[in-house]
Amino acid sequence: MNAALFDELGRIVGPRWVRHRRSELSTYAMDGLPTHESIPGVVVMPGTPQEVRQLVRLLHLIQVPFVARGAGTGLSGGALADSDAVLITLTRLNRILRVQPSERRAVVQPGVVNARLSEAVAPLGLQYVPDPSSQAACTVGGNVAENAGGPHCLKYGVTTNHIVSLEVVLPDGSLTRLGSEQGEPWGPDLVGLFVGSEGMFGIATEITVRLELVPQSVRTMLADFMTVRAASEAVSSIIAAGIVPAALEMMDRACVAAVEASIYAAGYPTDAAAVLLVELDGQAEAVGAEAQTVQDILLECGAREVRSASAAADRARLWQGRKKAFGAMGRIAPDLAVQDAVVPRSALPDIMDQIEEIRSRHGLTISNVFHAGDGNLHPNISFDRRNPAILARVQLACREIMAVCVAAGGSITGEHGVGSDKLDYMPWIFDAETLGAMRAVRRAFDPAERANPGKVVPIHACREWHAVKSARA
Amino acid sequence: MSDVIFARLRALLGTAGVDRDTHGLAKASPDSSEALSLVCRLAHEEGWKIRVEGRGTWLPPDAPADLVVSTRALEQIVSVSPADLVATVQAGASVEALRRRLADYGMWLAVDPPGRPDRSIGSVIATATAGPLRHGFGPVRDHVLGCTVATGDGRLVNAGGRVVKNVAGYDLTKLQVGGFGGFGIIAEAHLRLRALPRADVTLVARGARDALTATARELVTAQLLPSALELLSPALAAESEWVLAARFLGTDAAVQADVRRLGSAGEQEWEPLPTDRTAAFWSVAARGTLGGPITLRLGVVGDGVDEAIDLLSHDLDEGLVSAGAGLGMIRWTGDAPVEQLRSLRRAAAAREIPMTLERAPWPVRRALGHFGAYREGVGQIVGRLRDTFDPGQCLTVALEGVDNV
Repeated sequence: MNAALFDELGRIVGPRWVRHRRSELSTYAMDGLPTHESIPGVVVMPGTPQEVRQLVRLLHLIQVPFVARGAGTGLSGGALADSDAVLITLTRLNRILRVQPSERRAVVQPGVVNARLSEAVAPLGLQYVPDPSSQAACTVGGNVAENAGGPHCLKYGVTTNHIVSLEVVLPDGSLTRLGSEQGEPWGPDLVGLFVGSEGMFGIATEITVRLELVPQSVRTMLADFMTVRAASEAVSSIIAAGIVPAALEMMDRACVAAVEASIYAAGYPTDAAAVLLVELDGQAEAVGAEAQTVQDILLECGAREVRSASAAADRARLWQGRKKAFGAMGRIAPDLAVQDAVVPRSALPDIMDQIEEIRSRHGLTISNVFHAGDGNLHPNISFDRRNPAILARVQLACREIMAVCVAAGGSITGEHGVGSDKLDYMPWIFDAETLGAMRAVRRAFDPAERANPGKVVPIHACREWHAVKSARA
Repeated sequence: MSDVIFARLRALLGTAGVDRDTHGLAKASPDSSEALSLVCRLAHEEGWKIRVEGRGTWLPPDAPADLVVSTRALEQIVSVSPADLVATVQAGASVEALRRRLADYGMWLAVDPPGRPDRSIGSVIATATAGPLRHGFGPVRDHVLGCTVATGDGRLVNAGGRVVKNVAGYDLTKLQVGGFGGFGIIAEAHLRLRALPRADVTLVARGARDALTATARELVTAQLLPSALELLSPALAAESEWVLAARFLGTDAAVQADVRRLGSAGEQEWEPLPTDRTAAFWSVAARGTLGGPITLRLGVVGDGVDEAIDLLSHDLDEGLVSAGAGLGMIRWTGDAPVEQLRSLRRAAAAREIPMTLERAPWPVRRALGHFGAYREGVGQIVGRLRDTFDPGQCLTVALEGVDNV
């Protein structure tokens, strides 16, 4: 990176929006995952979609790689840039451009903070459903890149189910629109392909999202169990009864202990092996009847106590421990590696036993708080990364946890993405041919592979695909 | 030529896997993903054009080709996991066979595609043809967790996985759902299931179209949560007036609550269908889609449904129309010359409404393409993707249509 490039970038966005001093760059050396670190060559902060396009066009002409970044809350090292790359942060593009209540659509810029969107449409009786734990800080653009989830995705689906159209700056600086505001793809489903592509297909500069009605009635229930297995069986029984809760979350003993020892104490029973949070929503009569069924199931499966709340303030109290669990874990150690894996729901009890075995063998502190209804685990390891021996054990334990989840027929990530962190695990779940296909698809959007290089697809593990240049199109 | 292909295929698959179609064309029916990939590889190496067929109930078997590849022998329901609500199914299995098998376990796939019950799952996925249940359970893409695909040059790609939440790698499954086979032949799919609902109630209202669409809009804003809210033209419903059908699926409590609220909302009179007629009602509507040689869909959100049906009536005819009256998608079946269809697509595009040709005789598909012209910049990406997944252009699929290239 040289001064001439900084000047060029400054000419597009204004010099104050270009950061290249070491002290400034270190802010961007990590995302939410403390096990990966990389200092970008320069950081540039466009304020308009036109500036994004001009930047990407410039970088295309001089063949410099770039990485798009939202709020930097990601948990896979996906928004880190190397010293030879330009980091483009999109947090200044934070306008909600339009809300169309009758069509249940909102059009937003990528830097809009997730929670701000729901707040803005709440007076209209609408909500934007995907609610990652970082929703008070993370951006919709980042959610699109990672196909983010959240507790309420069990019933309503993850980010990809809520994005209907995207305006995209492709890696060569050209502008295109994918999908339609009607929700029907315009041609092949390129919106579906783009969402979750981790910033490697281009930069979304305008995002049209689907909004949902705020449900008429909501009931939150909290049940505690003496074994994780009993709590897991309750989860399966609820789903098997044909009830799809809005959320179905589990916390283990270590997680509850961390919460209850913190200022976020929510009155969860600390002697329980697992606590389940079940949230039902819909019409009042239906919610009432389903809540009774769920309560019966919970008790049949061995719940010691079931607490239930309908008023917003009471529900918030039940949720407090879950929502603040990550904050509470911050008290235990300076660093927290929030892991993410998925297993078939039926494998949950066995996997929890295996994670406990891995924890004990490595002498680590692991708290589990996760989306049990989806089988989406978050084993969180508290540690101090200044101690290299412990860091090595953490990384080994993460690897072993991934291995047992894959062996159970699961996936290496349910909502955090592959980024840099899971690159090595990709060949565990995809063969060389499929990895080759992914790389080839990436090249359809970015032939020079300059957008967020080095992430998601481990190039050494790909079988080579050569797309012929045909007369087609 | 045909004899050579026939012999080469028999050498590859054995006599049982190869026969001839009614026009004497060699027809390969591989019974595994691997065998399917071998057939594609051979065709790629020899430069033969492939026509893909499922169970022969949706697209007419008329695309010009050197050989036919049928997924009919790929009909295994490979696995069903009741506890995880996931099934793995080969592409040639019929919707009906899957329905029966899942019902044994108290489960179902919440997709009610147009066409006949013996339509193949692969066809439903490749064309992304969702039915009225799209309103409550989402489009076809929401039900497909992953799939195995043989590319035009015989590579096997395993997209997605068997878990309900998964963001590992790019979401290649999305390219195959609704890709009309332009990016490979689906061999197998992992599907997301649901527990069979305890209650299944359908109510119908009859009347003028605009009154029914107004009713539908009110229901959507009134927090009623039907699984389907479908407007059917008189011809499709086989009645003298337009019909708005609301279907409620779920627990007894939820369904009863919705039905009560429906009765008290607005002026519209609703008639509950007898339980034993519900399945027949929806199946007649699904089969009605085959009542003409051409079926197309328009993507429309709620408020635009009336205008879009006007557009259809103006450019074509009212014909057999089924419209998701709440959150929008209109399906039309009938017959019309290419020029009129092209004019409709242009008029729709001017209103930002995408029109997808779902089924039609080959000359119409070839002229118009399933998708027609793309937006600026998209055609280049789609072209590269097709070159990636079918480098020898072996798969005879008209995504764009010759008029739009």
